[in-house]
Amino acid sequence: MEKHVAVGECVSQVQRVLRERFCHQRLPDKPVGLESQYKHLLELLRRTAVHGESNSVLIVGPRGSGKTMLLRCALRELLELQEAKKNVLQVHLSGLLQTDDRIALREITRQLQLENVVGDKVFGSFAENLVFLLDALKKGDKSSSRPVLFILEEFDLFAHHKNQTLLYNLLDVSQSAQAPVAVVGLTCRLDVLELLEKRVKSRFSHRQIHLLSSRSFHQYRDAFRSELTLQDGFPDSKFSQEWNLGISKLCEDKSVDEILQKHYNSCKDFRSLHSLLLLAVSRVSVSNPILRAVDLLEASRMSSADSKGNILHGLSVLELCLIIAMKHLNDIYEGEPFNFQMVHNEFKKFLQRKSHSIHNFDKPVVFKAFEHLLQLELIRPVDGGVCKVQREYQLVRLMLDHTQVMEALQRYPQCPTDVKQWAVSAFG
Amino acid sequence: MSGAVLQCPGYPEDKLRTLTEDLTCREVQAGTLLSLMGEPDQYSYPSVFIYGHRATGKSHVLLTLLTQLQLPYAAVSCVECVSAGLMLEQVFSALFGPDAASLLPRSPSLSDFVRIYRQACVERPARQTRYIVVEKAELLRDMEANLLPALLRLQELVDDNVTVFLLSEIVWEKFRPNTGCFEPLLLHFPDYTKAELLHILSRDAHPSHTPELYTSYINILLGVFYSVCRDLRELRHLAALNFCKFCEPLEKGEARESDTHKLWKNIEPHLKKAMQSVYLREVSSVQWEQQQMDEKEATALRGLSAHAHVELPYYSKFLLIAAYLASYNPARTDRRFFLKHHGKIKKTNFLKKHEKTSNHLLGPKPFPLDRLLAIFYSVVDSRVAPTANIFSQISSLVTLQLLTQVGHDDQLDCPKYKCAVSLDFILAISRTLSFDIVRYLYDFL
Repeated sequence: MEKHVAVGECVSQVQRVLRERFCHQRLPDKPVGLESQYKHLLELLRRTAVHGESNSVLIVGPRGSGKTMLLRCALRELLELQEAKKNVLQVHLSGLLQTDDRIALREITRQLQLENVVGDKVFGSFAENLVFLLDALKKGDKSSSRPVLFILEEFDLFAHHKNQTLLYNLLDVSQSAQAPVAVVGLTCRLDVLELLEKRVKSRFSHRQIHLLSSRSFHQYRDAFRSELTLQDGFPDSKFSQEWNLGISKLCEDKSVDEILQKHYNSCKDFRSLHSLLLLAVSRVSVSNPILRAVDLLEASRMSSADSKGNILHGLSVLELCLIIAMKHLNDIYEGEPFNFQMVHNEFKKFLQRKSHSIHNFDKPVVFKAFEHLLQLELIRPVDGGVCKVQREYQLVRLMLDHTQVMEALQRYPQCPTDVKQWAVSAFG
Repeated sequence: MSGAVLQCPGYPEDKLRTLTEDLTCREVQAGTLLSLMGEPDQYSYPSVFIYGHRATGKSHVLLTLLTQLQLPYAAVSCVECVSAGLMLEQVFSALFGPDAASLLPRSPSLSDFVRIYRQACVERPARQTRYIVVEKAELLRDMEANLLPALLRLQELVDDNVTVFLLSEIVWEKFRPNTGCFEPLLLHFPDYTKAELLHILSRDAHPSHTPELYTSYINILLGVFYSVCRDLRELRHLAALNFCKFCEPLEKGEARESDTHKLWKNIEPHLKKAMQSVYLREVSSVQWEQQQMDEKEATALRGLSAHAHVELPYYSKFLLIAAYLASYNPARTDRRFFLKHHGKIKKTNFLKKHEKTSNHLLGPKPFPLDRLLAIFYSVVDSRVAPTANIFSQISSLVTLQLLTQVGHDDQLDCPKYKCAVSLDFILAISRTLSFDIVRYLYDFL
């Protein structure tokens, strides 16, 4: 009994540690594989923070490539410097939250804690307001003001704001040496510079840090191992040894290798690896205290399930018949859109010639099935469904391809044989 | 159907046991959900997307778990929340109470929400994972573009232990924005199998009858409806409505509970009729029950389809027929149909057509007013003067949406129309005039 409790405690500790890694994106000690970018960024920020130079930089990389992680690591190290810590101010903005420049400016004021300085003042322009804010940060001796780091997440969304006022003013300040600011933009769009207006673009320093992940499979597997490995601080050293031993065994397993290879080929960023690992780790319990290959297999099955196939599995026989009729129409007319009448006609032909198991349904009943498919977005109206056409003549397209339909048919429980036959071969 | 009791450390065991009873046939899904959520104080994945057909227990399982285990959560449905502000307000007051929610400005933006959320978090840091459940998440796509991506990464934005569940019938691929977003975990709720449906529906058995009787009734019901509809809620509705009818022979003493065949013969035609009316929502359940009471009237079922003909003035009917003919016949065949001495038209050539070109598959074609009137004068038997009376009837047909005007309605010179009624409708109309419309339709020659 004593032992059992201990195991339960350990398992829950493991869960806690690993979940913090996978879900909460806990920062690693050093960004792995991004050393040069890290050094570059840190140096840039240090120049602003310590020497008061203004700068602007864009961090560009696909989703999940570790842009935010890189920046946060750099900020963490920056703030360990004594002269930076007491001096530097940070302003975090996100394109998702600050959807226009007015909101953004208010947020900047708030984050710089200047609300009572601004008070009820009325400003003529955006630029005036921003300059006032930055002036307010100047220290007593007037010569040096406190450096401000502006961090813009989802930078591309700011480019959609009216006249790009915020970007223009921030970059203008960073150019004209009014106050030391660093503007750091994070974006997943490679073409982000094309979005900027000419006057904005010319004020940008054109410094870009690219995080194009070129991780090899070997590195990917190492990451897999290190992400799962428990560190020394774990309370029960015996358990953590066993766990780590289990992980290294897991890495040598052939089936695990295959799973990882599959995932690596579809997506090699950390975030998709994390979601896979979370699914696997969530299966670890008291009765099953180490991670097994089976868990990983199950997790991989869950994360790579064909969702449309899953939805097709739950359709009624009538709805499935309509899908097959649409498939035939697609084959005959080479992907041209079709309407309900054509589908119904095709379905009726099937009923007349071959069917034994499906009875005749009234047209409204069939239409209801058709509308359900529309609602599930397995078929989609061609022109948004706004024009004044009778509903049965509304042109639609099937959003499934041939193989998806056939696969779903194979998996369909108790599918009538004649329906299967019909799917394989159209008549006439 | 007794699966293993749900297990997850960190939650009281007796609660888990009662949960297992509440969530029949969904034990696997509930178990997966629980293990994903983890212990209450551990972090959970920022967003989870749950999809599955209507009435497969998505909301039921999730909300039962959250309420029974007394976890802090906010559940909103996108149908109720017409704007993002409304939704954020609801979420906030459910998580932090109405007092804290008064800090939010009126119709808060996401920026306000996140700021106040962070403030509230400082005062009351999360000891347990907070959950936000968004039902009918497909409607999120029609709201502000930043709402969905922000909800998906809310954990990062507010820096709190919070998990967002999105529930929808539509697959995740249809949600993904152009520039991508944080990818949620995907969780599928499969449809109930026939056996599971039988099991769940049988639990509604009325105490006045034996459970076996009810089960056999459900079996018959599924036999009729299963190939059309697998929606548990719909089936349950149908089952409740038709059960008295099923029991009628028992009450009259014509059959005993063991005479399954007799009972089946009694109910089957009835259920088929229900498919044509109740299932299509043509009659309300009250109407349906009344019809069952009046046995005599039940022969003439009065659904919408029975009302399909509309009373129209005499000439309007002919105008509508003319419009139908003009919409569904090619213009070149008018000579053949409406001219007494139409000269020589090669019969074989005339009849040569392909199914592909059948107008009843492609839908009505637009036609000019002149053609409508020409056909009208030739089908109507008496001589009619082209008065304003006739023209006003055309525009009232447009108002009734039996005809639709094509193009802009400021075109006075020669407006074009389309006929917007179905074949059944026009057949009913022409029957009242004893006009054999089928003879005049090119598709049916």
